[in-house]
Amino acid sequence: MELLNASGISVSYGKIGAIRDVSMRIVEGQIVTIVGPNGAGKSTFLKALMGWLPYQGSMRFAGRPIDTMTVQDRVCEGMVLVPETRELFAQMTVADNLLLGGYIHRRQGHAALAAELDRIYELFPRLRERMHQQARTLSGGERQMLALGRALMGRPRLLMLDEPSLGLAPLIVREIFEIIARLRSLNVSILLVEQNARAALQTADYAYVLETGEVPLHGPAAELLKDPRIANVYLGSSAS
Amino acid sequence: MAHDLHANSAAGGAWKRNAAICVVAAALLAVPALLGSFAVSLFNLVGIYAITTLGLTLLTGSGGVTSFAQAAFMGVGAYTSTYFSLRLGLDPWLGLLAALALTGLCAAIMGAVTLHLGGHYLPITTLAWAVALFMVFGNLTAVGGHSGIGDIPPITVFGFALDRPHKAFYLVWGVLILTLFGAANLLSSRQGRAISALRGGAALAESLGINAFRLRLVLFLLAAELACVAGWMFAHTQSFISPTSFDLNQGMQILLMSVLGGVGNILGALAGAAAVTFGKNAIQDLVPMLGLNAGTFEIVIFGIAFILIIHKAPKGLSPVLGRFLPAAPRPPLGKGGADGLHFTRTAAPGGTEVLLQVKNLQKRYGGLVAVDDVSFEVRPATIHAIIGPNGAGKSTTFDLISGMQAPTSGTVHFNGRQITGTPARGLIARGLSRTFQHVRIRPNHSLLENVMMGAHWRMRTGFAAGILRLDRKEERAFAGIAHAALRDVGLDADPHAKAGNLALGPQRLLEIARALASDPRMVILDEPAAGLRAQEKQALAALLRRMREAGVTILLIEHDMDFVMGLADRIVVLEFGRLLATGTPDEIRSNERVQAAYLGEDV
Amino acid sequence: MDFQIALILFQDGITSGAIYTMLALGFVLIFTTTRIIFASYGDLIAYAALTLHALQNGRLPGTVFLVAVLAIVATLAEVYRLARAGAPRRIPGALVRWLALPLAPALLGFLLQGTDLPAPAEMALTVLLVLPIAPLLYRIVFQPIATASTLTLLIVALVLHYVISGLALMFFGPEGVRTAAFIRGSVNILGFHIQAQLIAVLAAAAVLSVGLALFFMKTIPGKALRATAYNRDGARLVGISTDRAGGIAFILGGFIAAIVGILIGSSVTIYYDSGLMIGLKGFVGAVLGGFVSYSMAAIGSILVGLTEAYASFFASAFKEIIVFLAIIPIVLVRVFLSRTPVEEEEEH
Repeated sequence: MELLNASGISVSYGKIGAIRDVSMRIVEGQIVTIVGPNGAGKSTFLKALMGWLPYQGSMRFAGRPIDTMTVQDRVCEGMVLVPETRELFAQMTVADNLLLGGYIHRRQGHAALAAELDRIYELFPRLRERMHQQARTLSGGERQMLALGRALMGRPRLLMLDEPSLGLAPLIVREIFEIIARLRSLNVSILLVEQNARAALQTADYAYVLETGEVPLHGPAAELLKDPRIANVYLGSSAS
Repeated sequence: MAHDLHANSAAGGAWKRNAAICVVAAALLAVPALLGSFAVSLFNLVGIYAITTLGLTLLTGSGGVTSFAQAAFMGVGAYTSTYFSLRLGLDPWLGLLAALALTGLCAAIMGAVTLHLGGHYLPITTLAWAVALFMVFGNLTAVGGHSGIGDIPPITVFGFALDRPHKAFYLVWGVLILTLFGAANLLSSRQGRAISALRGGAALAESLGINAFRLRLVLFLLAAELACVAGWMFAHTQSFISPTSFDLNQGMQILLMSVLGGVGNILGALAGAAAVTFGKNAIQDLVPMLGLNAGTFEIVIFGIAFILIIHKAPKGLSPVLGRFLPAAPRPPLGKGGADGLHFTRTAAPGGTEVLLQVKNLQKRYGGLVAVDDVSFEVRPATIHAIIGPNGAGKSTTFDLISGMQAPTSGTVHFNGRQITGTPARGLIARGLSRTFQHVRIRPNHSLLENVMMGAHWRMRTGFAAGILRLDRKEERAFAGIAHAALRDVGLDADPHAKAGNLALGPQRLLEIARALASDPRMVILDEPAAGLRAQEKQALAALLRRMREAGVTILLIEHDMDFVMGLADRIVVLEFGRLLATGTPDEIRSNERVQAAYLGEDV
Repeated sequence: MDFQIALILFQDGITSGAIYTMLALGFVLIFTTTRIIFASYGDLIAYAALTLHALQNGRLPGTVFLVAVLAIVATLAEVYRLARAGAPRRIPGALVRWLALPLAPALLGFLLQGTDLPAPAEMALTVLLVLPIAPLLYRIVFQPIATASTLTLLIVALVLHYVISGLALMFFGPEGVRTAAFIRGSVNILGFHIQAQLIAVLAAAAVLSVGLALFFMKTIPGKALRATAYNRDGARLVGISTDRAGGIAFILGGFIAAIVGILIGSSVTIYYDSGLMIGLKGFVGAVLGGFVSYSMAAIGSILVGLTEAYASFFASAFKEIIVFLAIIPIVLVRVFLSRTPVEEEEEH
């Protein structure tokens, strides 16, 4: 079933990272990735999907038009974004950060939230150890886990991750990608924006390449992984 | 050909402008002859408030600083001169001198104390000053205390007493017109461009060698002195003053005038003052007919009007004014500046000496080490690149070199001298210019003016010379230099076009032209290729190569490997804040660790 | 000055200080959640005292009309917004929230006009009447410009103060009022005479502070409010409506103002424009806390109260000047101590 359908999305936004007429669809249960160089408009596209930036074009989520919805409305519909900047509540505890991740489910009562919290702690045992610490005292990898955990507390149908490997050491990057792969079994669809193209393509089902605000290339991730044009975009290793 | 076209349209604009000025001047001259005493005194009030508001327009609209103390400064002017003329029996003109001196002193102290503060702290402290000054006026029993004081003598000009509104009109409006011209001159001068640069953020101003604090202080003083002159005329034309004429209420009204007029245009000050003064008068006429208390209703209506303006037209009347006013004459392009890049301080290529030396640079934020033990050297007339994945510490390294941040440890030497921790504004004069990752240009200024900002440190015109328009020779010379720099980057098709209308690629070129106008030894570029299309990248690479041939050293921070590989002489690769590799492009390309860092490891 | 006088001044200072503390709490609460320095805050205190006085004297307080007009404007704005956003199904809910809820106490006040109510009922009705003003103003004036710069918000807030106090003059007239005292006399503790009012004020301040602390630390809405204060974007991304958080902050702030107005109405003569000065002093306390720290704001407010009390003895003509000039060194010290990066207001 089609979960997200964005067609003809354009954003003119401070001229940097603007995007022109980008279309994309995500089928429920898939991991889709967007790869591309810095400044290509990847983050801009995610923010537009989230309703964080004004855009032209139309979007449907789970069959419903969402163009008039605010960020909060989209969260309630089941879209959750983990931005590049994480946007954690640095001065609040890990537990409070997670709890607020489930803010939209607050009316389901304390027991339901506690059960959900427990599920997240199983997924990220390190967060349980740190539950009473302030988020700002966490290491980079732990912060990323907290951001993921907070997003999952909202029980998203579509989880959008912007550069989850940003600034993390290789070992931690591997861990994060293992978790992302595991989320598929939890029936969460994922839209993954990555500069670590190889890891992203190995994890994803389908991929889009975004360059200077346009999509010159898209296809099954396994095919793109072998495509020499991908290596060009990243390393410029041979003349095109 | 293109040049001739500009000359024609400029001449046409000038003709229309002069005609408009003549019509307005004739209408103004006729005001006292045609209108009654009350109407003329309203006009006088408009003029007085317009002068005060103009100060605020300069401060807010150009300098990005807001003050609630404008009316209080009017009060300082009014009370000082009143004391001198009424209690000491001196001429109001002497009173004006004393008032200017006292206002200057007050404003200098207030400014020195508060202008270091940013954000909402500054307006709050001016609010406190305004309340405190109001209370001081109320406690000055020698000049009436809370109940005010009357019988203030009129100003005399050559023995001719301006004791009626009809006579005072010419003084008030004469002063207003002079200050409007002065303000217009100032804004189009070197200091005016500096003020505008400040509005683009302190980072831009400091990178151009502008001392942001000093500039704000001068603007604050200027605004206070304008208010002082207005207050002086207020006291001697109204012949009665009381503290309520200069209270916070009044301060808010002046703010309303400036917001209503809009800060985008200096004539907005006049429009705003006129709209509020006449509007207030209309309310006073109409409201009693409805059986309501005018004084109360006035403030309620003004307040609601103000809030509606902020909601619906946050730029006030100035966009409307801009549409109806003929365009300002275009400044001359100037001759000078032959084709091709030429600089006075660059070194010949192939030299063996080191221009930039970075040694053991480290930057910590609490427990996080953003840059750890990074060392490298840059030789003159080469292109040197720093690359690395996102979050590798490139931007921090850039900030440490360009003086935006001080390193925790380590040193930076430039041209043989240590520049570690030198504030950013001290670097441009030493030959170190920079561009910004998120382009910082002044969108409402022309390309030429933007580039001339780069030459700020090479020019000498101060505030007084700018206001009096004594800077024409220097302006012409540097307009020529700026024009040549625009030619160098290929943006000379229309030097008078608004910079904000350019696309991202040309905007980056404009920033480079601005750096070139500073006569640099070295230009450091922060992600110049980000967001550019393929052709734009090629054009940029070609420009950077030409700059290298002209002897300019280039250090660029870049994420885009493709762009860097074909361009740089040497490359430094950072990862997790540390030096991963350094060498020629070929060496870097074949380095396995670099490949892993960029394409990512197998998972 | 002998010991007795010093003690009396001290009591005065602490009483005012506790009042300013409550106000500073409100200022900080509203500022951290919405970035608005709500300058008409003090006016709400005046409205509360004037409303209570009108009720005690069997008159219909003008607050009723203010709330009615604001509720209608807010409802129109909200219905218009919802209709444009293509969410007409939410209109009935908006009618309840913006029209029915604020109008209920106004209607009650209208119906009970002239009835002789017991004192606690009068106070309760006063709180209910004043409570909707702040959130309604937020909805009408500030929500449409929620993303404007702090400076723009500050200027609008100051202008709003003039509108609100001007309306107070129209509704209540220029005469000063004093409400009937709800508590008087003094208590003897360890040989010192402590004014009963001081005890009431301190108790109210303590209850409010503890209540707020529990709200912020233990409840999800309270945590959501803190989250909004720390990181607006982060709050939106977990589905917290920043508009709603702002509304809650204004409701709490309005509640504090109403309590303060009732507390001081019997000991200070309140005019339509008294709110500014009282509010400004709470504001000075908030400035001392740098607008972000509740505990610093409380200490700052007590200092303001004490400064004012002793200044009124030594240099009564200049006591206000002293309090206001105190802002400047305080701000300087704070800025230099905190080394927070100066907020850049850039124009693009």
